[in-house]
Parts: sequence; C-alpha cells; structure tokens
Amino acid sequence: MFLKKIALAGAFSLMGGAAFAACSYENTVPIKSLSAGFEAWKAVTDAMAECGNFQAELDQEFRTKQPAAFEANPSLYQIGGVSNGTITPLINAGTIRPLDDLVAKYGQNLTPNQLIRINGEIMAVAMMVNTQHLMYRSDILADLGIEVPTSWDEVYAAAEKIQAAGVVDYPLGATMKSGWNIAQEFVNMYPGFGGKFFNDDNTAAVNSEAGLQALATMQKALAFTDPEVLVSDSTYVQQQFQQGKIAMANLWASRAGAMDDAAESQVVGKVAMAAAPTAVAGGAPATTLWWDGIVIAKNISDEEADAAFRLAMEGLDAETVQGANEAAIWLVQGYEPTDIAAGAIATAMATPAPPAYPSTTQMGLMHTALGNELPAFLTGDRDAEATLVAIEEAYTTSAKEAGVLK
Amino acid sequence: MKFKTFAAFVGPSVFMMLLFIAAPLVSVFIQSFQVTQPILERVEVETCTPGFLTQTCTTETKTIPVLDDNGKTMTQTAWVGLQSYRNVLQMDKFWEAVGNGSWNDIMQIDFWKALRFTLSFTLLTLPLVIGVGLAIALAVNNASRTIRGPVIFVSLLPFIITPVIGSLSIYWLFVGDGILTAMMERWTGTNISMFAQAWTIELLMYFYRVWHVAPFAFVIFYAGLQTVNMDTLESAVIDGASRWERLRHVIIPHLMPLIVFIALIHLMDCYRVFEEIVGFRSQAHVISLQWLTYDFMTPDDAGNRAISRASASAMLTMIGIVFLLILPLRRTWRDHKGSAH
Repeated sequence: MFLKKIALAGAFSLMGGAAFAACSYENTVPIKSLSAGFEAWKAVTDAMAECGNFQAELDQEFRTKQPAAFEANPSLYQIGGVSNGTITPLINAGTIRPLDDLVAKYGQNLTPNQLIRINGEIMAVAMMVNTQHLMYRSDILADLGIEVPTSWDEVYAAAEKIQAAGVVDYPLGATMKSGWNIAQEFVNMYPGFGGKFFNDDNTAAVNSEAGLQALATMQKALAFTDPEVLVSDSTYVQQQFQQGKIAMANLWASRAGAMDDAAESQVVGKVAMAAAPTAVAGGAPATTLWWDGIVIAKNISDEEADAAFRLAMEGLDAETVQGANEAAIWLVQGYEPTDIAAGAIATAMATPAPPAYPSTTQMGLMHTALGNELPAFLTGDRDAEATLVAIEEAYTTSAKEAGVLK
Repeated sequence: MKFKTFAAFVGPSVFMMLLFIAAPLVSVFIQSFQVTQPILERVEVETCTPGFLTQTCTTETKTIPVLDDNGKTMTQTAWVGLQSYRNVLQMDKFWEAVGNGSWNDIMQIDFWKALRFTLSFTLLTLPLVIGVGLAIALAVNNASRTIRGPVIFVSLLPFIITPVIGSLSIYWLFVGDGILTAMMERWTGTNISMFAQAWTIELLMYFYRVWHVAPFAFVIFYAGLQTVNMDTLESAVIDGASRWERLRHVIIPHLMPLIVFIALIHLMDCYRVFEEIVGFRSQAHVISLQWLTYDFMTPDDAGNRAISRASASAMLTMIGIVFLLILPLRRTWRDHKGSAH
C-alpha cells in the first residue's frame, strides 16, 4: 500500500514536471540534455521542461561524461551544457554541429555577444558569463572599519584584522581541493603576475618568477583558512559562507545567488561582492573569464537538432531570466544586474581585463599536472621551486604521451 | 563423468571467464606497451568569447586533432616498449632520491607514494581484521542462544554498506565540524581538523576498513567455530587447559585454513583500495595505486586521458597483488598437497 502511494506520488510529480505551463508551444520530439548542476542550469532546464518531452541531467561530473556521450551515434544527448573550458574536447572531436542556420531560424532574441564563433561558424550559444569575484561579509568589514580589498595583499591585511577580531571561524575561504579546484586557483593567480603557461613550441613555461610569486601568494592564504582547505571545493566554501564561518572568499559568480537564499543561508543580505583581487597593484584581476552555454550534438537527425535548438531558445528566453535573475550573470535579454552581480561585472569590465580561460589541449594537460603537483607544496612537503619543476615534468610526460610534444 | 557433460557444465563459465577476465587483461597488457595519439596539426583559430558587454575575438595558433572523412579523430598507435612503465615508475628520480637518502623525495613520486600507502594499508589492516573478526566470532559463539540471532545481524551491518557510501559517511562525520569532530572538540576543548594532515586521514582509513571488513571475517570464523571438535575441547578442559590455551592450541589451528582464506581475500581487496581515497578526498595527502590508475584514466577538460600509463599502472597493481599472494597461496598449496596423501 505504502509502495503504491509512493509510486503514485512519483507519477504525479512527473506529470507535474511535464505540464505545459509557460511554454509557447508543445515539444513533440524527445530531447535530452547533459549539463553542469548549478542554479542557472536548473532554471534553464526547468523552463525547457515546461514544453514537454524533455529530460535534463544536471551533473557536476558532466565534463568527463560529455565527450563520450556525444561521440556515440546517435548521440546520447541532443543538448549539451558547456563552458569555454569543456567545449574543447567536443570541438576537437567534431561532435557538435555549427548552429548558423538554426540561429537564423529561431535565434531572433539572441544578441551577437552570445554567439560563440570558432573560425566564423557559430558553435555554441552562451547564456551567462562566469568568473571569480571577491565575496565578503559587508557587515564584518564595516564593523572593523576595513576598506573593501582590491589586491591580494589587501585581502591578507584585512584577513589579519578579521582574525584578530575573532568574529568568524576563519577569515578566508578558498577552493583548494586537490585536483581541478586547486589547479584553477593557480590558473587564476599566475596570469595576474604576468605569467604565461606555454612557450611557442608547446613546452611548459610555469617555472618562472611569476610562478614563484603565484605560489607564494597562494601559500599566504593558508594562515587564514580552514586547516582542511585541501578538501574544500566551491560547494564547501559556499556552505562556509552560508553558515557564517568565513568572511571573505574569491568564489565563482554563479555561487553568489546562494548567499541570499533564505532557505539555506544564515547570512542573507550580509554578503557583498567586489571585483576579484588583483595580484599586482594596477594589474588585471587575478581570475579568468568563463562563459556557460549550450551546444547541439552532431550525431542526431536534423529534425532532432531543430527541435532541440528551438527548445533551448525557449529555455534561454527573457522569461526564464526574469524568473531566476539572481542565479547568474546572464547574457540573455531581460537580465537586470543586481547588487550580487556587481563584483563579477566589475571583474569582467576591469582594465586591464582578466584573460578568458585558455582552453586548449595543452591547457587540459597542464591543469591536471597542476592539480596533482600543487598539494605537495601547500602541505609543506616540497618547496616552491621543486614544485614548479615537478609541474613541468608532469606536463612534459603527459604532453609527449598525448602527442602535443615530440 | 562423460567429457560432453563436463564440457556442457563448465563451458559457459570458461567462456565467460575468457571473455570478461582474460580478454580485458590481455588488452590492458598490450595497451601498456602502446601509445595511441591523435594526429595533431597546428592551425590558426579565431575564437570569439563573450565579455559582459561586448565580444572579444582572438586569433591564435592552436594544436588540434585532424578529423578523417567520417568526422572521427585520426589516431596513430606506436609501440613504445617499456616507456609507459618508466613514466609511471620514474626509476631515475627514484634512484636519485635513494642516492640522496631522502625518504621525502621518494614520497614525492606518485607511484612510490601510492605504493607506500597501499602496502601499509594492506598489511596493517590484515591482522586487525583477522583479530577483530575472530574476537566477534568468539563473543557471539559464547553468547546465549536467545540473543545470538540479533547480535549476528547487527555485527553484519557494516559489511552490507557500500564502501563509497560508508567512507563518505565517515568523511561527513569527521570533516570540519561534522558531528563527531564537534563532539571531540567540545570534549577536548581544542580545534580538531581530521582532514588537515596525512596521519589522521590514514588513521580514519584504517579504522573504516577494519570496521567494514571485520564482519566478513566474523561470519567465516563463526561458521568455522561450529565445526570445532567438541571432544578435543572437552579433553583439553579435563587436562586443565585455560581458555587462552584452548584457543591457542585447539581453536586457532583448527581455523587456520580459514585464516589463510580470509588473508587471501583481504590482501586482494585491500591492495585495490580506492573508495577511501575518493570518499575522504584525501588526494592531497594520501593516494593509492588504484586511485593512481583512475587518475590517469580520468579525462581532463580538454579530453586527454593517459591510457597507456593507466594500463601500465594497472599491470603493476596486478603484479603487486600476485607478489602479496605468493605466501598465503604457497601455504594453501602445501596444505592441499598434505591432505591429498
């Protein structure tokens, strides 16, 4: 009896999801999408589901699943949610299709800024920009009379004061989980010191003065963060903020909305956003610019592609954005920037501007090498110079194996 | 039995074993000597990225794979001999570190770091699992009949939990201010961070594995205890043997084949330690051989995977298991031969 009830409830909730509430048409072609699982994707896929016949998979592991799923014939998903970091394997393998004709047919509401062109062809439609920005507890900074920090030196000076005042558990939060996250921290910091990742012949170039400076700056954070920072990812830092445990963090713009979500946050209205801190005074914010958007699989029929793109446009319309204005820094028309977007917008529009994440085959290898070799430096097992050498060696080994280096 | 009947019975299992065990093993073995690379070309690519207001387009030289007429990536496979093994083992760095007499330098090489942990994890938990399993079995065997059923059921529970879920629960109990950390902090009055240094993480891993596997040992030993010869035990009692002496001279020799069996299974299982690494997110401090293979296999954002090194690492793991199993297997073999006479 109980099981029956649950089954019934499940069936009803499914029907509820498929109700054609606010969709302008009824979708008849079954469409599936695979994307990351943060707030903005929830909003977009929920809006797409209103048209019916749509299944969304929101998975933070999408980056490892997507290339294989799109290579299948027919592709396992029609729509993919990508970022500039994760589109590379799809472009390289040629598993997504150019969208020029579909944009001409259904993309009247798109702005030119949203169209990601690679060699002149539209390969993706961006829906939002993402970048790191400095999130801070405005109440704490105001109480202690601290100016909003603009550089990492100022961040650490402020952190010292906050630590002395003892108003939070830890002044700083950081996404230094071993692997992808900690590598991203370095990728943010290193160009801020003017470093470049590769020489012209694809060999690594991180063993440089800028590399040492970036490592030193990252290490300084450890005095102010949770001792368990090497297991902390974006979600962990977001929760630390929401529970009032930390006062500042350089975190993804896509996480800002969660601070004011009264259902899970204890610090509603107390977290403000500023541009990402600079590494050197007068330099670009030490961060990278990202975009998130949709792509359409190549290995599907034109009819499916047509339906999928039309559905995606329904998900990326002004109505969706107005319903989830706080969820992202939308590129879609109808977006009204609010206070929580101020930091990310300041980051994106800073002069000099931060670089876009340099997504290439080599960068993927470098990111892995960084993620595996940096923790030993931060745990104190290895000094900075040896760490940079180890990163270059790890990169060289995998680059030779991947055929990038001879 | 007629050969035909025998073949009909055994055939399907042999076929399955060849298909699902031998064939993949052979393929991994072959791949560990090969490197498959996409054919790459350097081309000028113009990429446009949205800014918040306007788009920036940059032209740069990118290294990208060449696609064939069907839109598939063109690859070439070359035999590289032991190169992948060299890349995993990094013997030159290893000997250099040995020459410097620096343990810390050896521990900076992923493979040796992983091997150190995997071995100590396997060998330290082995006596604990056998000891704890035997202790529970003896306790249950001596418990009164009325409560025996429920006690067996409760003791078995840790074994039922999926390892990933189990290690995740331990992680959430002890991370930051998880319930147990918060309790210990209140108790001791100091700030405790179990996941900030390697030795506490390792301690939790040992604890978790013993907690998880001891019930398995317990069930086997409990079954074994039912077959202990009562006459021998009674005569031991009459001869004035103490509890300990009875255990030492009657019960344990009787259970020896089972102890070897548990040791075999445990060595094989433990050498593949993986769930704890992922569940405890311990990669910054502690890694295992199996995790190393997984790390090579995991594609990065650009879709690169180190398949050759993963294969080499997998083969090395298998060789390691074989080495570990030689000792208990030899014992079983001797016992087996002995009983045949």
